Formats: sequence, structure tokens, C-alpha cells
Amino acid sequence: MTLCLLVICLVCSGLLAGVYALTKAPIEVASENKTTAAISKVLPSFSRVDKDLKIEVKGKGFTYYRAFDDNAALVGYAIESRSVGFGGALKVMVGITADGIIYNTSVLSQSETPGLGAKCTEAVFADQFKNVDPAQKKLAVKKDQGDFDAITASTITSRAYLKALETAVEVFQEIKAEGQPEQATAEAGQQETKVNEEE
Amino acid sequence: MNKFKLITKGLIKENPTFVLLLGMCPTLATTTSAINGMSMGLATLFVLVLSNMAISAIAPYVPDKVRIPAYIVVIATFVTVLEFLMKAYTPAIYETLGLFIPLIVVNCIVLGRAEAFANKNSVIDSACDGLGIGLGFTMSLTILGMVRELLGAGSFFGMKILPEQGNILVFVLAPGAFMVLGYLIVLFRKITAKKGE
Repeated sequence: MTLCLLVICLVCSGLLAGVYALTKAPIEVASENKTTAAISKVLPSFSRVDKDLKIEVKGKGFTYYRAFDDNAALVGYAIESRSVGFGGALKVMVGITADGIIYNTSVLSQSETPGLGAKCTEAVFADQFKNVDPAQKKLAVKKDQGDFDAITASTITSRAYLKALETAVEVFQEIKAEGQPEQATAEAGQQETKVNEEE
Repeated sequence: MNKFKLITKGLIKENPTFVLLLGMCPTLATTTSAINGMSMGLATLFVLVLSNMAISAIAPYVPDKVRIPAYIVVIATFVTVLEFLMKAYTPAIYETLGLFIPLIVVNCIVLGRAEAFANKNSVIDSACDGLGIGLGFTMSLTILGMVRELLGAGSFFGMKILPEQGNILVFVLAPGAFMVLGYLIVLFRKITAKKGE
């Protein structure tokens, strides 16, 4: 009896180890592609990116990516921000350019109600966060005296999305406060026009 | 029973969703769209065929007392293999089905077929049975997903065909799943009852 189970478990774990070894590389490639796609969506064109940088803001850890253009000037940061929506965690990749403008956003994962909150991935809602200056606009839905339209019948999701953006801005400010380890921010400012031309 | 009958009985006579009413959890939860329903069905089909074959092969050597843990280990292995494969080659589908892929391990259809069929029959017959039941499951889930997607989101396999105003949201939500399933069972029974006469 014990022997039988032992043999079954041995064979099964052997099989699993084999499949794991075979699929390890493709899985990594797939998840990398996904992140790269998200970063290139939320930031202007860049040529090099520093991956998986960590920062802690208000006791919570965040992952962010730092992108540079051909002249090694800073393009901006892609920050993996998160908040709690209606159906669970809402993860949003937020691209903030070197001068603090939210360039674009992209939902990494969400579990909102299909047909209602899940519409946060659609352009009608998400496109209002393109080229937003957080210093001038209030990151809140109109119901909360903010500057953005909520998704019909999905105020909780809309609030969560804006909360994620707000968190990303906080993370950005924290990154700024820590200072730039490699390239100077002043240089990035000068290169700004060139970056926009490249788009 | 010949092989062909083994396969077709899973589609109609022993359809896991509409007749046996097994595996209701993934049926109701993943059929928000036709594509999701179909992917879930195919994922279950994959596990069902392989686990049926493996279990019918090992059944004579497994003592009765430990057969359930032995079967669960076998099923879990195939589910994990499937999970790795989906993560690697179809990450988008893996993400939408998410939690429901690991849950195939405890899907009563899979264990049910192992207990009711695979441990008493030959490897080939078990494979046919798994294929039949799996296809029946896929078919039912796809139909359910198609109806819910059409009524709830106005689209057919992701293509918008009805204007937004016509969408009845409740069909994409949980209550809609029960309603559509209920009506489909009625319809299915009606059609099959006529055939039996």
C-alpha cells in the first residue's frame, strides 16, 4: 500500500520536474514579454530599461522600471501600482515621464465584474489618464470632486483605479526624493523635446 | 460497447453538464464568454483523457484502500502539467481562467470518471470515455458561454454584433449563469426526450 503510493508519487514528481524544466524558459519569456509590452505602452519610446527596481513607500514595497533613451537620458518610470477594487486586487502599470506627467496607464491584472468594473481596461475609461499632470488635475472621480469620469455603475472600480494612480505618483515622488543614481535629471529635461519627436 | 458509442454517449446521453450536472463550479464561473467556456472545456478534456488513461493503467495495481489518494495524485500531476504548458504558451487564456485551472484537480467529473469508468475498463476505452465526456463538457460550456456572451455583452466569440444598449448585464454575472443553465437544461431534455421516443 505504502509502496504503491510511493511509486506513484515518485513517477508523478519525476514527470512534473521534467515538464517544469521544459517550460521554465518559455514561461519566463512570456511573463517578460507581458511586462515589456506594458512598459512600452505606458512610456514614450525608449531604448534601455532598468528592470525590477524596488522602493518602499509608506511601508509598502513597489516594483518599478526606469527607462532611458538612446542618449542615456531618463525617459521616465513605469511603476507597478496596486489598489483594491470591487472584486479583488487591481494592478496597474503607470508610466510617469521624467517631469512628473502621467504618460499612460495599463491594467496588469484585475478581477472586477465582467461588463461593469472590468471595463476599466477599455479605452473609453483608460484614455482619460493619458498625459495627465497630477499637479494640475485632481486624481479622483467627479463624484468625489475630482477631474475624471467614473465607469457607469462601477464607482468602486473607478475609485480603485484612481487610487492606484495616486499611489504611483507617491512612489514617483519617493523615487525623485531618493535622487537619480545614474543619469542626471537636468539632462533628461533637455532631451524631452527629442523624445517627443521620436514617438 | 464500441468505441464510437463511448465517445458519443458523453456528448448527449451522459452529457456531464446537462444530464449528469457535474462540475457545476467551473461551468457557472468560467462561462462569461464563449472563448472562456471553450478554453475551460478543452483544459478539462486534456486532463480527463490523460488521467483516465493513466488511472485505467494503474488501477489493477493500486490497493482499494488508497485508490482515491492515488487517483488524486495522478490527476493533480496532469493538471499541473497543463498549468505549466498554458502559462508558457497561452498566458492570456491562463490569466482569464486563473484559479479554475488548479481547481480541475477536484473537479468531480474527472474523479467521477476515474471511479465510475476508468478503473474498470481498458486504457483505450477509458481514453474514448474521457474524450467523449470531455467533448460533451466543452460543448456545453461553449454553448453556455455563447448564450451568456450574446445576451450580456452583445458579442459572439469576442466580436461585437449587438449595440451596447441591448446588453442585459445580468447574464454575464453569476445569476445569469444559473438562469441560462436552467433554460439550457430544459431545452436539452426536451430535444433528447423526443429522440428517445
